[in-house]
Formats: sequence, C-alpha cells, structure tokens
Amino acid sequence: MTLLVPVAVPVLGALTYLVFGWRRATTWVSALSAGVVLGAAIFLAVGVSRSGPVAAVAGLLRADALSAFMLLVIGAVGLVATAATPAYLREEIAAGRATARTAARHSLLVQLFLATMALAVLAANLGVVWVAVEATTIVTAFLVGQRRTRASVEAAWKYVVICSAGIALALLGAIVLNFAAAHTRGTTGLDLVALTTHASGLDPGVTRIAIALLVLGFGTKAGLAPLHAWLPDAHSQAPAPVSALMSGVLLSVAFYAILRVKVISDAALGVGFARTLLVVMALASLVLAASLLISQRDYKRMLAYSSIEHLGLVAFGAAIGSPLALTAALLHVLGHGLVKAVLFLSAGRVLQITGTSRIDGVRGLIARRSALATTFGLGVLALIGLPPFSLFASELGIVRAGFTAGLGWFTSVALLLVLVIAAALITGTSRMLLGEPSTVDAEAASPIPIALAGGLLACAVLGVAAGPLPSLLDLATQPLVVTR
Amino acid sequence: MYVQLLDLACGALLLTAVLVLWRRELTVIIRMFALQGAALAVLVGVLAAQENSAELWAVAVGVFALRAVVLPYLLRRALAGAGESRRETRPLVNVSASLLAAAVLTLLAYAVSQPLVELAPSAATQAIPVGITVVLIGFFVLVTRRRALSQLVGFLLMDNGITAVGFLATTGVGLVVELGVSLDVLLAVLVLQVLTTRMRETFGDTDLDELRELRD
Repeated sequence: MTLLVPVAVPVLGALTYLVFGWRRATTWVSALSAGVVLGAAIFLAVGVSRSGPVAAVAGLLRADALSAFMLLVIGAVGLVATAATPAYLREEIAAGRATARTAARHSLLVQLFLATMALAVLAANLGVVWVAVEATTIVTAFLVGQRRTRASVEAAWKYVVICSAGIALALLGAIVLNFAAAHTRGTTGLDLVALTTHASGLDPGVTRIAIALLVLGFGTKAGLAPLHAWLPDAHSQAPAPVSALMSGVLLSVAFYAILRVKVISDAALGVGFARTLLVVMALASLVLAASLLISQRDYKRMLAYSSIEHLGLVAFGAAIGSPLALTAALLHVLGHGLVKAVLFLSAGRVLQITGTSRIDGVRGLIARRSALATTFGLGVLALIGLPPFSLFASELGIVRAGFTAGLGWFTSVALLLVLVIAAALITGTSRMLLGEPSTVDAEAASPIPIALAGGLLACAVLGVAAGPLPSLLDLATQPLVVTR
Repeated sequence: MYVQLLDLACGALLLTAVLVLWRRELTVIIRMFALQGAALAVLVGVLAAQENSAELWAVAVGVFALRAVVLPYLLRRALAGAGESRRETRPLVNVSASLLAAAVLTLLAYAVSQPLVELAPSAATQAIPVGITVVLIGFFVLVTRRRALSQLVGFLLMDNGITAVGFLATTGVGLVVELGVSLDVLLAVLVLQVLTTRMRETFGDTDLDELRELRD
C-alpha cells in the first residue's frame, strides 16, 4: 500500500485542481501532496532499511533502498518547489501574466509531474520506467510553454522533439534488451531484478547495443551531452517552480534509470563498457558547461548550464562505480536538487522584480533586496561546493574515489573544469549582487519565502551531519556495486 | 509464402521511408507515412498468421488504426490549419544527398545489427536491420528538416521503425508496456500538434528557421 501512496496522492491532488480550480482553499494542496510524498518516502526508507525491498500491485511496483532514496529526493525538492509556488503564482497573477485558470492548470500539471516521477523510481519493470519517463516529458511540455511567448513556445517545441527522440532511442534499447533476455535462461521480460540476477547469461553483442542505446536515450533526459540541447532553453523559459523541479529532480530521475541499466551492463559486459560511455558523456558535459558558462549573459541559462555540469559530475561518480563514488553521487543528487531548486526559485523572484533575465540588467541586488540576494548568493556558494553545504562532501567523495579507482587523469580534468565553472558562476553572480543599484524601490525589506531558506538549511545540515542518511545510502549503493 | 510476405512488408516499410526523404510535398509525405503504417500492420498480421495468435491479430488491427488512420488524420488536420502557403519543405540537406545518406544509413544499420541476427537466426530476425534503417532514416529526417510538421513525421518514422524491430525481435514487450508505449506516442503527437498550432499563432508559420530566439 505504501508504494501506491506517492503515485496516487499527487494524482488526487491533480483531480482537486481539475475540479475546484485555483482558489484560496486549494492554494496549499500542492505543497501538502508533496509533503505526503516526502512522508511516504521516509516511511518507505525506514521500512526498506529494516526488512528489505517491498513489492506491490502484482509485482509492477517495487522499492529497494535506491528507490526509497530517489523518492526522498522527489519529495524534498518537490516540497521546496511547491511551497514556494503560491507566492510565485500570486505575483504572476498580480502582474497579469497569469490568470486563475492558468494557475490551476499549472498546479494540476505539476501534480501529475510528481506522480510520473514517483512512478518512474518505483516501477519494477524497465518498460514501465520508460513509460513513466516519457510521460514526464508530455506533462511538462505545457508547463515549459506556459507563458506562450515566442521564446517559451520555441523552448517547449525543442524540449518535446529532442526528448521524445532521445527517449525513443531508449525504447529501442529496451526492446533489444528484451530480445536478449528472451534468449537467456531464467528471464523473459524487462523485470529489473530478474535482468540483474541473470545478466551474466545475456548475449554480450546484443546487450552492448541495448546498453549504448539506453544510456544515450536516458542521458538525453538527464541533460548529458551530446543530446543536451533542450536543457538550457527549457530551464530558462519554464516558470520558476517548474525549472526548480526539472533541474532538481527530473534530471536525476532520468539518471536513476541509467544507474539501473548500468548494473545490468556491469554484470553482463564487465565494468569497462558502461564506464567508458559514462566518462565520455560526463567529460563532454563538463567541457560544454564550462565553455558556455564563461561568457554567459543570462542568469537562468547560467543555472541551467550548471545543471549540466552537476549531472556530468554525478555521471562521473557513477562511472567510477566504487561504493564511495556511488554514495557521493547519490548525496550529490540530493544536495544539488535542493540547492538548484532554491536558486531557480530565487532567480524567478529576481525576474519578477527586475523584468529581465540578463545578468547585466540586475545590478546591486544586495542593496535592493538583501534577503533575496543573500539567498541567491548562498545558493551559488553551495553550488560551487563550499562547506558547510553537502555538495562539498559529495564532490570531495567523487574526486577521492576517482583517484583511488585509477581514473586520475580524467578526475584531474574534471576537477579543473569544475574550478573554471566555479569561477564563472562567482563572476556572474557578483555582477548581479554587487554594484550600484540602477533603481531604488521601497519594499527592500520584503521577506523571502520560508521554503527557500528551508532548502538551503537542509543542504547545509546534510553537509554537517547526515543523520540516518548514510546507512540508507549504503543500502542503496550495495546492489549497484558489481565486482567482476 | 510466409517469408515472402514478410519480406514484402519489410520492403514496403523501407520504401516508404525512403520516399519520405525523396518527396517534398507535405501532403505526399503524410500519405507515405500512412502507407508505412499500413505496411507495419501487414507485417504484424503476417507474424500473427504464422504464430496463429489471436492476441497478435488484435495488435495488428490496433497498429493499423493508430498508425495508418489516427496519426495521419491528426497530421492532415495540422496541415489543413496551416493554409495554402509554402507547403514544400526546404531541407537542410538536398534530396540527392539525402538519398545517398539513406543508402549509407542502410549499410550502417546492417553492420550494427549483426549481433541481433546472429543471436537467433530466423526469417523474422533477419529483417531486423530494415527496422533499424527506418529508425535511422527517421532520425535523419528529424535533424535535417526545417518544417515543424516534417520533424513530426521524422519522429513518427523513428517510432514505426522501433515498433517494427519490437515485433520482429520478439512478440512484443508485454501488454502493459505495449499499451503504455502506444498511449505515449499518441499523447506525444497530440502535444506536438498543440505546440505547432501555438507556434503558428506566435510565429505566423511553422518554419523552424524562425526559431532563433534562444541561443547563446
């Protein structure tokens, strides 16, 4: 039953918005449902840590520690984003860019978005994972194009075309893998557990084609090069809460699918194949992010390229594949999700105040809106991996694991690129925060939504004292480490 | 008889894909796409007759309804909304180069899919490279065409190819997944169609040359 809750509750939330629309009573339904998802995730994590994986609905849903952890990420980032949504939408409605109708549709689609992501991490079958990931594209397409301007319609079009084509490659990969499984003793379908247990019997030639297609396809949705082109456009054009969700969780949910595929690949083909693929994609993503961040003029695109960077780092961690690297990669997913959600939400607020997404259009933000500027500044410091935030610990873990695993050269290159990106982010942000403000307005002391402070605080706490999380992370990485 | 019919259906699949590359008239492209959907349905029907499976016959009817009737209808409706102006596409790569590329892609597909054929040699699996070729041609159409509608057809060609590979390799991926896949394709097309309409409202036309707002 617990497995149904994270999928069913957001669907109920969506129905609420469908029936009652956007009004005072339904304002907080969205955050409430995200809170329930988070609660269910914690409940599930405790249950799974105590008594092992659970299955439900005739074996279609299954949760182990990794699923529970991913659900935790969805719930936590979802809560931050949905809790900041009412303030965002109120401002949009006040500015005439949205109506009660678009606000209701926004909330409805966000709820469905949460439901599809929860389904993706809880599905027991690779085919169902695929269906859920594709469904996230369809649900979010209208969210990206919500503002109906030239730029946002263009972004939505690119988003759907590139992601659907990429995810179609993953479908081909799934079909080929199914073909390999059908000719292996003990497996008949795309059940993830059966595939992983019997992976050593899969035909290597066929499996190699399948894995390459699956990693490339899900990599598209995770924003990894070479099929990353949709990401900066979609993230910069979507409404702030949607950018927060897409960057904070959608990318890592797609990456979760790659992790599942990688276990099968490691058992069937040895660790070398998936590692090569992932190292190439990770370094390509880092190079791309660094080169486009150096002279970036748009702060929302700056955050978007930084997401490509961080997913590249996570992919690099997965490529290394040691327990330390995988634990660090998963912690990085959570830390990045929280911080990036906070940053996109504050960037959305900055856009509402200044009316421009150009970096040089925002000067002296600290003097104009000190609370907002502090949140944004702290978020960027967290993003570049300064302590006490958890991204410091996870980046350190990935780098250490890289040197231990004999990937020293690649790790050095990655580290260098991360430093370049950090410098670019600091330069861009200081140009926004410092300097003489071009205009002075009265409400400089307006408070920031509590959700933003909460997200930053959670990330800092994670970096200092992770509480019971390490044991869950250990459990989550255990099945991902294949020694062969 | 079975092998000949199977090869005939696969030949039709490949031919229609190449014709999409060759012709520029959008109405003709949509007709070719509908023909390809019918060829795919015939392919599934032949497999159903061979395996004597009622379930597969039902799937064949479903494939025909979705890919030869519903999707072409949606495409035609999108085109009718576009008005009379500029129906031809101006591809990034000209027609003769495209046809040459199709030949190269076919060779590539045959080279890449050797392990698939060798795993379980049979008349059906030997036709898998055709499916892969259609996927590659679809991807090629997607990246080289400028009109939104042609890109849509490219995406659908990819999908037809993937479905063909699915049926040739095994008898499908399980009913739940298969239903999910068809539903997703239908939804994706509906979303894309709504977006094309919206693009026409904001850009005046659906020529992707106009998409120049977002860049670094």
